Amino acid sequence: MSFINYSSREINCKIVFYGPGLCGKTTNLQHVYGKTNPDAKGKMISLATETERTLFFDFLPLSLGEIRGFKTRFHLYTVPGQVFYDASRKLILKGVDGVVFVADSQVERMEANIESLDNLSINLKEQGFDLDKVPFVIQYNKRDLPNAAPVDELKKLLNPNGVPDFEACAATGEGVFETLKAISKLVLIELKKSH
Amino acid sequence: MANPQLVMYEEESKQVNAIIDKLNKEANAKVVFVVDKNGQLISSSGETEGLDATSLASLTAGNIAATGGLAKLLGEKEFSIQFHEGERDNIHITIVGGRVILVVIFDQRSSLGLVRLRVKKASDELAKIFEALAIKAETEAASGESPFAEITDDDIDNLFS
Repeated sequence: MSFINYSSREINCKIVFYGPGLCGKTTNLQHVYGKTNPDAKGKMISLATETERTLFFDFLPLSLGEIRGFKTRFHLYTVPGQVFYDASRKLILKGVDGVVFVADSQVERMEANIESLDNLSINLKEQGFDLDKVPFVIQYNKRDLPNAAPVDELKKLLNPNGVPDFEACAATGEGVFETLKAISKLVLIELKKSH
Repeated sequence: MANPQLVMYEEESKQVNAIIDKLNKEANAKVVFVVDKNGQLISSSGETEGLDATSLASLTAGNIAATGGLAKLLGEKEFSIQFHEGERDNIHITIVGGRVILVVIFDQRSSLGLVRLRVKKASDELAKIFEALAIKAETEAASGESPFAEITDDDIDNLFS
């Protein structure tokens, strides 16, 4: 849940990047980190294995500017994508305000995408959230690869409810900020609604 | 909603600061932090310059969450105290009232015994404040007076321009 501090006039929100192993969640954060003004970001923390696979989470704090006299801060987290890290994934979803599902567009990763999306829904439910209600966007990553499945097919499989979705290539940064902007907007709209 | 939203007001913020300032002094500590379980920094006291408080808050919450996961596996409700000993600095972490995390960083000028003793008293005081705060936040939310209700789409768009 977002944290509203009337004393320091700050709103803090938590956004989690979810998705199967090697889909590009960390790469998304690295791109945001690399392209953000130093004043607007904190340190990026990656709790990863020696082979740079996320072990627990990546963390990047961002300041977006002021809204009605309140500084808005977003804390971006990634989860470890590999199936056997499920216990860690559940912990990171605690207190989430918005979720980005990063799908791997490659045809051979379709099953992994579906499994991860199901896992997201189950883990959110355990925390008392409903995927249909929580601010949620989907990113179809790795669009530049030759074996990428057609977007229509991805939409049909992963986005039956028609949430905002974006094509991306996180390695070059294409679509990364569009995704971030969309989820931030949804989170702020939700904040407005709940008050 | 899954969790009640955490809200901090001016008055309670002052009370929390007063308690952790006192704790920092009485425990001979270097720094004291209050962090919420989702990793947001609520308040800090002491030698905070040069410390990355935001990262510290996030990692502490991750640590507490992971330890909480371990506790559940063992059939425990939670492990309410954690202590990490370093060559120079030590970290003492406690869960306060099941809601927030109290972090005390200290060096050889203090001792684990003294920190534990002072933390216990401060925890009780903090727990009361956060309990009252949760009730206050709920009442205020129900009354519908919030600056966020008036946020317009333009306000949100302006953030990204």
